[in-house]
Amino acid sequence: MPETVERSAPDAPPVSLAGLRRVAIVPALNEEAALPRVIDELRAFDPGLDIVVVDDGSGDRTAEVAEAKGARVLRLPFNLGIGGAVQTGFRFAFENDYDLAVRVDGDGQHDPSQLARVLEPVLAGDADIAVGSRFVASEGGYRSSRPRRVGIRMLAWTVSRIVGQRVTDTTSGFQALNRRGIALFARDYPHDYPEVEATVMVFRHRLRLQEVPVAMRERGGGRSSITALRSVYYMVKVLLAIFVGLFRRNVVPQEGIE
Amino acid sequence: MTPLAVSIAGALASFTLVLVVLELIRSHRLRERYALLWLVTGLVLTALSAWRGGLNTIAGWFGVRSYPPAVLFAVGLLFILAVLLHYSTVISRLSDQNVVLAQRLALLESELRGRESRAS
Repeated sequence: MPETVERSAPDAPPVSLAGLRRVAIVPALNEEAALPRVIDELRAFDPGLDIVVVDDGSGDRTAEVAEAKGARVLRLPFNLGIGGAVQTGFRFAFENDYDLAVRVDGDGQHDPSQLARVLEPVLAGDADIAVGSRFVASEGGYRSSRPRRVGIRMLAWTVSRIVGQRVTDTTSGFQALNRRGIALFARDYPHDYPEVEATVMVFRHRLRLQEVPVAMRERGGGRSSITALRSVYYMVKVLLAIFVGLFRRNVVPQEGIE
Repeated sequence: MTPLAVSIAGALASFTLVLVVLELIRSHRLRERYALLWLVTGLVLTALSAWRGGLNTIAGWFGVRSYPPAVLFAVGLLFILAVLLHYSTVISRLSDQNVVLAQRLALLESELRGRESRAS
């Protein structure tokens, strides 16, 4: 790794976390292999973090494994796709009055020890949503297929034009949110491939988003839900959603935000 | 002018559609709100088939001179597209509601299990 930012105490949660009700939302689909480690690492990062695993209709022992680790499990009766699964977590966080939520994927590609970085802008009050980006700085550790990389770049370029702020990684699910962010996503969250649309949504609701450089790991187990053919569908679907979304007049009112 | 046989067949077929839709409503197999488009389709096609002079006139407006029943096909097709599009919106709404139901179920189930384990 070429550069490590503040590696002096990577595992220690920031002091300002104390007194905040905070939850980790972990969407998981057939991740019985990777999940225990993710939960352990989340606990190691911050023992005061409540962990909620959203089991998106897994066929394996994902829910049992998570429960055995002492995590709270929200078990969807059938597969909703990542958007619906993650939103379940946001709804949980909103209804249980959490001040702070982080989203960490159950496959282990997000390293919980980097959460301090992702949390920093939110805790400092500089952002409502902070996103761990693989591309802010050229930090190693993450490799993905070429078409997928190109797709991510194109989306990032499009979204940056639309929102008027440089966004480098619109597909990252490594996020931290404050109460306003939680409230927005609990009410309205896109379905199939949610992150890109969600990014645009965040700006339309005038919430502040910041990207933070992170390194992502190889998947710990399971299989990515995005294959080559799906990438194409993904691009088309997301672009359609973005452009149609721009002409949508009634932006969801922000109820329940102080 | 439309051949008489075509007019009769068209009118019979369209009217049968109307009857079938009415019967489906009567036996509670089709909700009124979804039946409406079908009923309109059936009635319009019946009218156009039976009213031969009218069909001729309408065909004339669109410059269809050689074979007026082509207008019948066009109108029928248009209505079928409308019905299909309507169903797509219905399906979209249903799947949105389905998502909310699944999420609520997961939240409630977890809440319930939390209470049960605290009680025991």
